[in-house]
Amino acid sequence: MSDNQNAGSAGGGSSRIRAYFDRLDWERIGLAVAAPVLAILFAALVTSVVLLISGKSPTLALSDIFSYDIHPDSTVAILNRATTYFLAGLAVALGFRMNLFNIGVEGQYRIGAFFGAYVAGVVSAPGPVKIILAILVGVLAGALWAGIAAVLKVTRGVNEVIASIMLNYIAINLIAYLLQTNTLGYQPPGSNNVSTKPLPADAMFFTIGTYGGQIWGFVIIAVVLGVGFHLLLSRTRFGFDLRTAGQSDGAAQASGVNVKRMILTALLLSGGLAGLAGIPELLQDAGSYNLTFPPGIGFTGIAIALLGRNNPIGIALGALMWGAFDRASNQLGFDGFQPEITLIIEGTIVISVVVAYELVRRYGLKRQQSRVGRELAAAAAQAAGSKNKEAAA
Amino acid sequence: MSNPPSPCVFSLRPRRERLCFTRRNSPQECAINAPTPQAAGAPAVELRGITKRFPGVVANHDINLTVQRGTVHALVGENGAGKSTLMKILYGMQRPDEGTITVDGAQVELHSPADAIGRGIGMVHQHFMLADNLTVLENIVLGAEKLYGIGGKARAKITEISDAYGLGIRPDELMENLGVADRQRVEILKVLYRGARTLILDEPTAVLVPQEVDALFANLRELKSEGLTVIFISHKLNEVLAVADAITVIRRGTTVGDADPHAVTAKQLAEMMVGSELPSPESRESTVTTVPVLQVESLGLVEVDPDGIERTLLSGINLTIHKGEILGIAGVEGNGQAELVEAIMGMRKPDAGLIQLDGQDLTHVHTRARREAGMGYIPEDRHRHGLLLEAPLWENRILGHVTEEPSGSKGLIHPKAARKDTERIVREYDVRTPGIEVTASSLSGGNQQKLIVGREMSHSPKLLIASHPTRGVDVGAQAQIWDHIRTAQREGMAVLLISADLDELIGLSDTLRVIYRGRLVADADPSTVTPEALGTAMTGAATGHIEETPTEPPTDYTDADHEAGE
Repeated sequence: MSDNQNAGSAGGGSSRIRAYFDRLDWERIGLAVAAPVLAILFAALVTSVVLLISGKSPTLALSDIFSYDIHPDSTVAILNRATTYFLAGLAVALGFRMNLFNIGVEGQYRIGAFFGAYVAGVVSAPGPVKIILAILVGVLAGALWAGIAAVLKVTRGVNEVIASIMLNYIAINLIAYLLQTNTLGYQPPGSNNVSTKPLPADAMFFTIGTYGGQIWGFVIIAVVLGVGFHLLLSRTRFGFDLRTAGQSDGAAQASGVNVKRMILTALLLSGGLAGLAGIPELLQDAGSYNLTFPPGIGFTGIAIALLGRNNPIGIALGALMWGAFDRASNQLGFDGFQPEITLIIEGTIVISVVVAYELVRRYGLKRQQSRVGRELAAAAAQAAGSKNKEAAA
Repeated sequence: MSNPPSPCVFSLRPRRERLCFTRRNSPQECAINAPTPQAAGAPAVELRGITKRFPGVVANHDINLTVQRGTVHALVGENGAGKSTLMKILYGMQRPDEGTITVDGAQVELHSPADAIGRGIGMVHQHFMLADNLTVLENIVLGAEKLYGIGGKARAKITEISDAYGLGIRPDELMENLGVADRQRVEILKVLYRGARTLILDEPTAVLVPQEVDALFANLRELKSEGLTVIFISHKLNEVLAVADAITVIRRGTTVGDADPHAVTAKQLAEMMVGSELPSPESRESTVTTVPVLQVESLGLVEVDPDGIERTLLSGINLTIHKGEILGIAGVEGNGQAELVEAIMGMRKPDAGLIQLDGQDLTHVHTRARREAGMGYIPEDRHRHGLLLEAPLWENRILGHVTEEPSGSKGLIHPKAARKDTERIVREYDVRTPGIEVTASSLSGGNQQKLIVGREMSHSPKLLIASHPTRGVDVGAQAQIWDHIRTAQREGMAVLLISADLDELIGLSDTLRVIYRGRLVADADPSTVTPEALGTAMTGAATGHIEETPTEPPTDYTDADHEAGE
C-alpha cells in the first residue's frame, strides 16, 4: 500500500547495494570484530608477562614470530597447514551451529585419514582413482565414526560430548592396533616407521608452485567448502532448519523440524568434514598414514571454530593464525625461546575469546534492545495523537 | 454508584492533569474527585516519584502510590504496564533510580527481599516456590528456622496464624497432595509466618477457578480485618472491584490515577487502564458451516514418567471443528490442553486415535507436513515455541514456513522475499518495531505476538491452533489479535482456541468444551453459559452439557463483560 519508497529502492542496482549496506548493522559488525582483536591483544599481554617473568624479551619474541612468518616459504607452509585446520574448524563449527559439541573431530579425523590412506593404498587403481577413493573413504569413515555418537544421542539420549570424546580414545587405540605389521600396517624395508601402504607419486593431489614453495591444491577445495558452508547455512532450507534447531529446540519442533533427524544429519556432516581434514596431509605430503601423522588437529579445530565464531571467514582467519603460530614455534626454539610460548598464546586466546564473545553478545543484545526502545519511543512521540487503534482493523 | 450523573469518577493528582482521564466521544470533563478513604495514622506504604530505568525502556517513572493500613489496595494495569517492576522495587528485588519508599511513616532503603521482610513487607509470587516432597510445615519453616525452630513451636505458630486468618492449613500434609488454591494459602502463610504486615500478591487469581477466587477473597478480607495490608496486583478488573478498598491504575510505567471501587465500573477502569475504548471479544453472527475441517477421534496419550508410572495425559478425545468455527477449550491449566495441542500439531505422538484435517489423515505425519497441509499455530509459550529470539524478525517470519512461498521453495530459502513479506506483516499487523533486522527479543511481548499471528495468518491456514493467543499481551494488541482471528474465521478458517481467560473463551468461541484430567468432560453454549458454570465444570464437578443453571444473575462487577455478549 504505502510501500512506494521500498519499491523504488529495490529498482536500481546501485541503490540496491546501498540498501544492502544500510541493512548491515555496522555497530554489530564492529562489536563482532572487536572481540577477537581484544582477545588477541590480551593474549599478547599475558604472553609478554610470562616472558618478562622468565627474563626474556617479549618484543624480540613477537618480532621474531612476525618477521619469520612473513617469509615467503613460511607463508606457503602456513597456508598449507591452515588448510587442514580450516577443515577441522568447519567440522566443529557445523556442530556448534546446531548446538552440538562434536569434541570427537580428533577421532573422526584420524579414522578418516587412516581408512582413506589404507583403502587408497591397497586398491590397485590409477592415481586419480586412488585420490577420489581416498577422499570418499576418508569422508565416509569420519562420518560413520561420528554417526556412532549421533545414533547413541538420538536413540538413547547419550550426550554427544561424552560419546565422541570416548570415541576419540577408541579411534586412537583402534588405529594403533590396525597399524601393526601383522594387521593392516606396512613397514617399508629398512625403516622403523609403520604406515599404511604408501601411495604412488601419481596418486598425490596437485600443488601450485610459487617461489615460496608448493601450495596445496586442497586450498582450493577448502575455499569451495567454505563458500558452500556459508551458502548451505544461510540460503538453504536445511541450513535454516539446522540453525533453528541450534537456537531453540522448542521452536524447531513447533516449526516442523525433525530434530532427531537433524542431529543425525548434522553430526554425520560434521564427521564427514572431520574425516576430510586428514586427507590433505595424506595426499599432499605424507602419502600414507603413519605414526607421525599430526595429532591434535581436531582439538585445534575446536579452538579455531570458537575464535572464528563458526563463520567460514572467521575460521579461515583463525586457521591461518594457528598455522602461523605453529610455524613460528619452530623458529623460536632457535632463538633461545621455549617454543611452548605459542601454546600459551593460543590457550590465552581461546579462553579470552570465549569470554569476550559472551560479553560482546550480551552487550550487543542490550544495546539493541535499548535502541529499539529509543526508536519506538521517538516514533510514538511523533505519532502521538493519531494513535487510534481502529487503524489496524 | 454514588455518582450516577457522571461517567468519570477517578481521582487524579492535580499535578498530573495532562493524564486526566477523559472518555472519548464524551463531552463531560473529568471533574469528579473521589478521594480514597483516609485512614488514621501513617500509611502502610507510600511510594513517591519512583523511577526505574532499564536499558532503553523506562519501566517506571514518577510512580506515586499510597497504601493505607488495613486495606486491600489493588494495583491494576495491562501486562507490561510496569506493575511487576514496581512490586519488585517494593520487595527490594530492584533498586529505584529515583524516588522514595516510606513504610509506616519511615523512609527506607530496601536492598534485598530480606530488608523488605524485615520491614514487614512480604510477597506471594505468581509462581509458587514450594517443594513438593516436603510437608506444609517443612515448606513454611524452610529458610526461617531461626524464628520458631522446626518443631512444636513452629507448628503452634502455624496453627495460630492459620486459625487467626481462616486459612485452614494442615501442617503435616504433603505438599504434593495439595491443590493450587491450598498451595497459594501455604504461600500466604509462609509470608505471614515471617512477620509480614503488608502482603504483595502478584496476580494471585491467574491460576484459580472462580470458586477458588471467592475463597481467596474471603481470606484477604480476613487479613484486612486483622489490620494487615494487602497490595493486590491484577489486570482482572471484576476481581479488583470485588475485593479492593482502593485502586491505583498504572499505565505505561506511571500511575495515572486512583479510582474508588465503589463508584467505578469495570469498563471505566479498563478504559483508564488502556487509555481508550475497551475492546471486548463479543460474539457476532455465526459463521459456522457444516464442513468439518479438523476431526479428532478417540485421541489418547500416555506418558511413562521417570518413576515408571504410567500417566494418562489424554484419553478418548473426540472433537470436530467446522469451517468458520471457533472451538474453545476451557480448563484449569495442566489438564491436558498443552498435550492436546502438541498431539494435533504432531509434536507428540499419540498412543491412540485419529487426526484428520480436511479429510486428510495426518495422524502419523510429521509437524512440517501438518503445517503444509494447512495448520497454523500460535503457541502458548512464544519464547520457547514461537520465536528465535536472537534471530532477526525476517528469519522469524520464515520460521515454521521454510517450505512455503514466499519464504522458501525447492530446498532454498528466499531472504529477499521473506524480508519483503515481513515488512508487510509489520505494517498490516501493526508490529511496533524500528525495522525487520532487529532481533525478536528486542520487541515487547505484544509485538512479538502480533508478528507470530501475522506469520501464521499469512499462509491462510485451514485450521489455526491458538493457544492462549493474548496471554501477556496488552489490551490494544489483544483487540487486534481478536479481530484478526475473527476476520479469518469469517473467511472460513477453523480455530481451536485454548485460553485461561474465560471472557475470551466465551466471547470468541462458537462451541465450548471443558477439559479435565485429559478428558473432554463437558460442553457448553458460549451464548448462554456463565463463567461460574464453566468454572464448576473446570473443577470436574459438572459433566455433560452445561445447561443454563438458574443461579443468581452475575453480580454487578461482571456486568461490563456480559452486556456485550448478551
